[in-house]
Amino acid sequence: MAYIAVAIGGFLGAILRYGVSEWLGTLNGLNIATLISNWSGCFVLGWLNTISGQFLPLSPNVRLGIGTGFIGAFTTFSTFTIDAWKLYQNGQVLTSLGYILLSVVGGLIWSYFGYLLAKLHMHWLERGRGGMAR
Amino acid sequence: MNWLLVGIGGMIGALLRYQVTRFINTRFDIQFPYPTLIINITGSFLLGWFTRDLHAYLPSLGSAPMLILGIGVCGAYTTFSTFSYEAVSLFREQREWTAIAYILISCIGGFAASAIGLYGLPAAR
Repeated sequence: MAYIAVAIGGFLGAILRYGVSEWLGTLNGLNIATLISNWSGCFVLGWLNTISGQFLPLSPNVRLGIGTGFIGAFTTFSTFTIDAWKLYQNGQVLTSLGYILLSVVGGLIWSYFGYLLAKLHMHWLERGRGGMAR
Repeated sequence: MNWLLVGIGGMIGALLRYQVTRFINTRFDIQFPYPTLIINITGSFLLGWFTRDLHAYLPSLGSAPMLILGIGVCGAYTTFSTFSYEAVSLFREQREWTAIAYILISCIGGFAASAIGLYGLPAAR
């Protein structure tokens, strides 16, 4: 079952990434679609990997399908490195460096935001339950 | 039909990533995200190589091989979200230097691998 979950997630995640890139295209040679896919994926995975089963009751296979399959396939590292080289090759050296910094630093920050949001969610829910018990 | 080709490739890429991760994690007791590192470096090399040469191998198929193998398989095999999550986790565990090393090795390794794929190995003198 785990393999089927990863396969379905990967199928859908890759199609969504392709859809976003066809829809947004590039901005002055900058691959804004990959940047947005990677940032949003980092945020969602940070949240999903942190939120506990108590608050998001999903079976392990569904979690695997969404996290490893869907979000894993939606975000991409290889396109990011190739995009940066293409910009460099076009003589857009500063844009290339900016793209690398935005991708990496932005990805880390979004991932951390996802983690914080999950912590906040769990805190609110915990408090809500405590309130009801009283 | 392009989206279907990308989807099939994405399915294969995600399964490959899952299997490589499992293979490494079940055999070695490691405290460093080697699976993602290896996946992102090998996938960057492959996408570079495909970007340069794939159209020359199967010219009659048009953009189909790149949609399946490049955007689909390589795109889904490599992952940015897990990379970021692992780096943030290392920071949270107060292993700052390990986190910084992971980020730098991923980037330098990924850029070097994709350059070798795109431009070939530097010629020996």
